[in-house]
Amino acid sequence: MVTVLAAAAPVLLAGIVVLLVIDALPAIQRFGFTFFTDSTWNPVSEHFGAAAYIYGTVVTSILALVIATPIGVGCALFLVEYAPMRLRNPVSFLIELLAAIPSIIYGLWGLFILAPVMRGAVEPFFKATIGPLPGIGALFGGPVIGRDLFVAGVILSIMILPTVTAVSREILRAVPTTQREGMLALGATRWETVQKAVLPYARSGIAGAAILGLARALGETMAVTMVVGNSSTKITPSLLTPGYTMASAIANQFTEADKAIYFSAIVAVALVLLVVAIVMNVLARLLVWSVARGPSATAVRAG
Amino acid sequence: MLAERKLAELLAPTQPWERRRIVNGLATVVILACAVAAVLVLCLILGHVVVEGIGALNPDFFTQSPLPPGEVGGGVGPAVVGTLEMLAVASVFGVPLGVAAAIFLAEFQQGQSQLATLVSFTIDLIAGLPSIVIGVFVWAWLVRNVVGNYNGFAGGVSLAIIMIPIVARTVQETLLLVPDALREASLALGIPRWKTILHVVLPTASAGVITAVVLSMARAGGETAPLLLTALGNQFFNLDLFQPMAALPVQIYQYARSPYVDWHAKAWGAALVLIALIACLSAATRWAVGRRMRGFT
Repeated sequence: MVTVLAAAAPVLLAGIVVLLVIDALPAIQRFGFTFFTDSTWNPVSEHFGAAAYIYGTVVTSILALVIATPIGVGCALFLVEYAPMRLRNPVSFLIELLAAIPSIIYGLWGLFILAPVMRGAVEPFFKATIGPLPGIGALFGGPVIGRDLFVAGVILSIMILPTVTAVSREILRAVPTTQREGMLALGATRWETVQKAVLPYARSGIAGAAILGLARALGETMAVTMVVGNSSTKITPSLLTPGYTMASAIANQFTEADKAIYFSAIVAVALVLLVVAIVMNVLARLLVWSVARGPSATAVRAG
Repeated sequence: MLAERKLAELLAPTQPWERRRIVNGLATVVILACAVAAVLVLCLILGHVVVEGIGALNPDFFTQSPLPPGEVGGGVGPAVVGTLEMLAVASVFGVPLGVAAAIFLAEFQQGQSQLATLVSFTIDLIAGLPSIVIGVFVWAWLVRNVVGNYNGFAGGVSLAIIMIPIVARTVQETLLLVPDALREASLALGIPRWKTILHVVLPTASAGVITAVVLSMARAGGETAPLLLTALGNQFFNLDLFQPMAALPVQIYQYARSPYVDWHAKAWGAALVLIALIACLSAATRWAVGRRMRGFT
């Protein structure tokens, strides 16, 4: 009885994969690999390519990761290495509260509070400082709108911060105390201990934490939908252009899909999201396990 | 330029230990700043929700249906009812499946059989699924093939899928904390396995089970994306599970993306209600768990 009920989980996952594959099949058969490389998404002419959505998802998620990983690892270091004992639990609890806030409320906050600040101060600042630089300046080209990939990336970074922090914290806790003691006994400062003994040991686990954060960012829907702009299907290097992510495209267009092939194309996007999420989760868990399981040869050598 | 030179002087003092000390101090400040930033963002978000939302709250806000733009008043009554109803449906499916998976993993297998590995692995994967993908799946399964129109039942099922991994993982951890001596004592008295689990293990772990259920309800109650594709939302009171149903997060979304200032205020109000609902659920658990724990000791 319990076994049968427990087996529901694998059956459910298999069901999700099978049903999405069946529904996505018409679009995959019709557009083939160009579905991933073509950025034309035109329901009227029934021509669908998801490249712009994939691009938007990748850009916002990577931006979120670039912002959240250092801060998240910093928070984890604070919680494990720096904070006084009586502060650890309360601060931990507060950071985990960030994960309890629903996505829609991040969206609301992002739309009405963060976006005006980004448009008024942050984006003009980046445009003025980094914009004129060759190469990297292209990231901040074009007019400042306040609903774009950049804002979406920032809101995502806040949303994945608790994930990165919590996993990194567990990883840092798994680093043996002898690693730290050895370093301190040699006269190292606290930062040198962290930098040379703790972080190298925890490196692959922190990579796992980052990938778990990335996996969360890739599939995040509501908050992104509300700030990403939902308008452009062009791929431009600028972070300041309104874009689309795969998840926000599904949320926005799903109920509008009136033709079978339109619907199938949207389900194909969902299928891509599903596959990416599964791959990311498997990869992250392997990395986290490799540290949590104990000292592996490479980690010790690196330390 | 000047600032750079100053920084360079600061970082390259004559004594090497001085430099190390300064670097150490800088690192401490940076790490402290990370933690402060994280807590600050939390305070900002919660603060804005409370400050902006409190003005929209009045008794009518909880009992009235949303009104067309321009009309004064209106609230989130149907959304509150819809959210509670769909959470109930979600619990009916999600809790037994999640608890069963946890019992299977913790009591029967101890992570040894291939089926246990598979169940454990798929639970992790389901936990990692984007909620919008769950929405697409439930739409294709229940909305299109079974019921034929958007409905609250499908919304409840999509929330149940989100609840299963949360319940399973939390309960599993609690079950592993139950001392083996209790199980052994029960089994030694000739009590069958299933009775041992039902009458000895689960009651001992009841605090954890309650926490798991409420935690997962709090998480599912804030989900929007799958409900957009399954329950759709509804402006009117609807108790029929097989019709489109309103939900608080969906209502926030509809209010927020409208062009009307009054509706934006209502979105903040609804957000405050949602946050309060989640906070109440969590606080109620802590209270219930606290009482139960006292009963045991």
